[in-house]
Formats: sequence, C-alpha cells, structure tokens
Amino acid sequence: MSEATSGEKAKEKPNLVVNIGGLRLKNPVTTASGTFGFGPEYAPYIDLNRLGAIVVKGTTLQPRLGNPTPRLVETPAGILNSIGLQNPGVDHLIEEALPFLAQYDLPVIVNISGDTVEDYARLAEKLGRTAGVAGLEVNISCPNVKKGGMQFGSDPAMAAEVTRAVKENTDKPVIVKLSPNVTSIVAVAEGVARAGADALSMINTLLGMAIDIKRKRPLLGNIMGGLSGPAIRPVAVRAVWQVYREVDLPIIGMGGIVTVEDALEFILAGATAVAVGTANFINPRATVEVLEGIEKYLVANRIHGIRELVGAAHRT
Amino acid sequence: MSPMSDVMVLKQIRLAPLHYRLTLAAPEAAREARPGQFLHVRCGETLDPLLRRPISIHAVDREKGELSLLYRVAGRGTALLSEKKKGDTISLLGPLGRGFTMPSVSEKVSVVAGGIGIAPLYFLLQEIGARGQAATVFWGAATREQFFSPAAPGQNNDGAAGRCFSVMQGICEQGHKIFQASDDGSVGFHGTITDLFEQYLNSHRSGEAVLSRYGNIVTDHEQFKLDQVVSRVYGCGPRGMLKGLCGVIRQEEIPGEVSLEERMGCGVGACLSCACKTRDEKDGFQYRRVCVEGPVFSAREVVWD
Repeated sequence: MSEATSGEKAKEKPNLVVNIGGLRLKNPVTTASGTFGFGPEYAPYIDLNRLGAIVVKGTTLQPRLGNPTPRLVETPAGILNSIGLQNPGVDHLIEEALPFLAQYDLPVIVNISGDTVEDYARLAEKLGRTAGVAGLEVNISCPNVKKGGMQFGSDPAMAAEVTRAVKENTDKPVIVKLSPNVTSIVAVAEGVARAGADALSMINTLLGMAIDIKRKRPLLGNIMGGLSGPAIRPVAVRAVWQVYREVDLPIIGMGGIVTVEDALEFILAGATAVAVGTANFINPRATVEVLEGIEKYLVANRIHGIRELVGAAHRT
Repeated sequence: MSPMSDVMVLKQIRLAPLHYRLTLAAPEAAREARPGQFLHVRCGETLDPLLRRPISIHAVDREKGELSLLYRVAGRGTALLSEKKKGDTISLLGPLGRGFTMPSVSEKVSVVAGGIGIAPLYFLLQEIGARGQAATVFWGAATREQFFSPAAPGQNNDGAAGRCFSVMQGICEQGHKIFQASDDGSVGFHGTITDLFEQYLNSHRSGEAVLSRYGNIVTDHEQFKLDQVVSRVYGCGPRGMLKGLCGVIRQEEIPGEVSLEERMGCGVGACLSCACKTRDEKDGFQYRRVCVEGPVFSAREVVWD
C-alpha cells in the first residue's frame, strides 16, 4: 500500500488500514473482550461495520456459569470485576453468535480460555476451521478463574506452551493477551513471540480487591477481581512501551481507553491497533468516537497513514 | 429512536433528606417506557465515579413528554445526580430491561413495596389505575420520614414554596387502596410490610378485620377464595424483604413478579456483572442478567441464597 505524499493525497482521507499478524483491519479500533458481549448488545448504538474488528466475550469449550455475585465494584476511575468467564460455550458461539456477526463486514476475533493446554488446543482446532472466525485471542491472563487463566500468563514457559498448542492447531492469526500481573511483561512477550504468536493484546486487567468496611469483608463475591478503566491506563501504556522496544510483534493496546487522546497514547507507545473496553459501559459510542477522533487527528497533523504514528514516541 | 439521549432536567425536588424526585423532558423515553424498566443515567461529567447508575422509571406523562425518577442518594453517583438543576442536561440509556407483565383487567392486584422500592411500582400503579383498575398497595419503610410526606400543605418537601409531590397522594388519586407499615411504628402497622401483607391474606381467610386499624378493608367473605382477594402480586424493595415476600406468595401459590437490584456495569447485557441466580432444570441454577432478562423476574424463578 502506498503512502504517497503529494499535495492531492494529503486532502484525501488518511489510510487507517492496519495489519495485526496477518489480519487486515480496515481501521485500528477494536473492542476489548468481555466488554462488548457478542455484538448484538451494542448494535442499537453503533454501526458495527465501522469497527476495525470485534473481539467477542471469552469463550471456553463448555458453558460456564461464572462467579457468585457481587461481580462488580466501582473504584476510583475504574471498576473491579470478577465475572469468572461466564459464557455459553464454544458450540453456542458457533451456532448463535457467529451467524449474527456474519451479517457484518467485520473481522471477528474470538477470545479463548481453558483450564488446560489441551483445552486451548481443542478450541484452536475447532475455531480454526470455523468460517466467520478471523483470528484467535488467547486469554492467558484472566485473573478471575481458579484454574488456567492468569496462571498460564504469569510464567513465560507456560505462556509459550499454550501459544505453541494454539499455533499448532490453527492457521488463523493468533493474538496472545498478556497479563500485567507479572514481574516482567517483556519476558512473557518474548516467550510467546518465540512460540509463534502473531500478535499481542495488552493489557488484561490488574488483579485487585476492595473491602466493605461496614460489613468487614471483601466486596466481590469472588474476593479478588480485575481492575479496568481509566485508572489502569498509565500501567497499560508503560507495558506497551516496554514490549514494543523488545518484541517485534504487532500490539493491540488496551487498558482504560475512553477518548481519542487515550488511544493515541497507546499508538504512540507502539500499539498498531487499540481496543476500547470499560468505556463502552459509559458511552456505547466510544469506539466510533475514538475512530472519528483518530481520523481527525491524522488530517489535522497531515499524517497520511496511521502506521506512521505507531511507536512514534520512541523516535522523537 | 436511539436508546442513548441527552435530556433536560425540568425539576428536581427533595422529598426527604436522602430522597429526590427528578423530572426530565424526555418525550421519546416517556413514550416507550413500560413499568419496571429503568434508565442508565450518567450522573457526573468526569470519569470518577465512572459508571452510569441504573434508576427505575417512577412515572411518565406521555402527553407532556415527561419522565420522572424517584431515587435515594446511596453513594457518589446519586449524590451528583441530586445536584442537577432545572436546565441541566443528563445522558440516558434506555428505557432498558424487561418490565412488569401487565395484569389482566379482571385480576386482583396487590403491590408490595419496601422503602424506595415504591419507585417502579408507582409507574405500574399509574398504568393500572389509568384503565380503571384498583390495586391494593402495601408500602413499608423504616420511619415516617421515608414515606416522604410533605412537611406542610402548600410546601415542597424541603420547605420551599410551590406545588408539592406526595407519593401517598399520587397512589390514592389513581384509585388504589394503601396500607402502610413502619419499622419504628411511627406510621401504620408496626413491623415489616411482608408481615402486614401476610396478615392481610390471613384476615381474609379467617374473616377477621385484623387490618381495620391500618386501612379501610372490609372482611366479610363467607366463602373465602384467595384469588378473589389477591390473584397477582408485584414487589420491589430490599433483597431480604423480597425473599420473604416470594416465600409468602409461593406458599399461597399466587403468581407474582419482583424487581431486583444488582451492581450493574453496561446496562445492555454485555458485561455480565448484574447477575441474578435463577432456577434452571439442567444445572439447578443459572445466572441471568438483571439488565436484560430483568430487572423484573417471576417470583418463582429467583434463587435466594
């Protein structure tokens, strides 16, 4: 794709196309898994066709009931959640959710979770041959489940093993979602890169908790939960910055993005695409507003393609 | 219509130290709203507090295009909401959720409310009353203050001059009978509203006028049939109260619906935060979304831990 710089071209719409590990997105704005359901929930508020991609709710082989309530606590400029991967299972996803999304011109990225490496392999194999699945996001960073989840994501060797198992069972782009609850996120990123990951999503929620001082007990039914929202954005931007310097994989940046300014921070730190998460709860049009804001920013700054901006903060 | 809109505040009155009634110019929402549905309200302008607040719809005036919310200040979000003044703009999602199933015209309806739980039931009573059907209302609260009766005639509840709003008066004007109970005995029956409701059922059964002290009920049924007195119950209030109410109506085999509250994230069914345990044949129970499958659930299906 040419990024010509003639005067004529400058007046044209900037090029928003990005490539995430072989997956072509018409623009860099996606949704963070677990914050956007399977799509129909937000269809009354935005035209889903405008999204670069949709990342659907975390899916497991079998349906999961999820954690006891309360599952949500509001914290300063953020929320703690302990949903516990409630989902109707992969077969339901294939039979019910994907046909709905097939109406749209929209790459569907399925977020997968398992208790064992074998679970991930079977999910990859099953979804790998399912039409309507553009890529897989491997969740090795959910803080809210007893087995698997974050356990896989906190050890570079385990993270690599899960990544390898997924890669061996699908030809579709494999995006590994990293946990910030680690000593060195760069070490985990390097591990999954060596194991063949095509891209990275970062970051998942930060493990946290809150206590009810009146009743003298934890506020969440599951005691601990994952922190998201604007409160975690600086942590996420830092993680993207560090990994961009050391690992040569495209990054989908996320963690507290509410406005276009937030999204631009991630892109400048090294994210090729971004995901809007918790902000959808407050403003169902947040994704589209971020997208429109990026377009305006590029025009105002005479930047012809979004890719010129990726990691630019490292070069100035 | 777009389910997200910016609407203007027409009026905000303080009914009690922590209770407010907010009236909005929202013609589309007023037209579409059904009793039991809620609005997801952006209370502040900044990102802290972060989330919207789900607030049930309390009354609508479709002709004027007005919609009212009755709420209690419970935290930072509702405290910010209480500061909104006439002319301010508020962002809404909704009406959202599944509301009450309207009773058939011939049904004997009882409405049981605990505290601020009267809010969505008021809208239901408005709709039932508008078609000439009278319900029997049981409303319990902790103290006299929490029935938000105006301090003096011709005054607002916070003492300012102007037309006041009285929940009690509103319900009576709609043609319904009302019984009250209070925890401190300052108004009506001294005890819980569920106990009063149970006594109401028993008094009919036994033919005794147990309730005459608390209302104008006539109990002269020689051949008592429960469904001639109560054939459908609607409830809203604190969890413990609803659990008790569901126990009573299940025992009496009266069909009923309750409106539940749970900490809510998105309000549109995406985040699965506001889960409610409901009966499920296969797994024993399952979690359903208060924001989409609720907030109104059948009294039979809710699992109370």
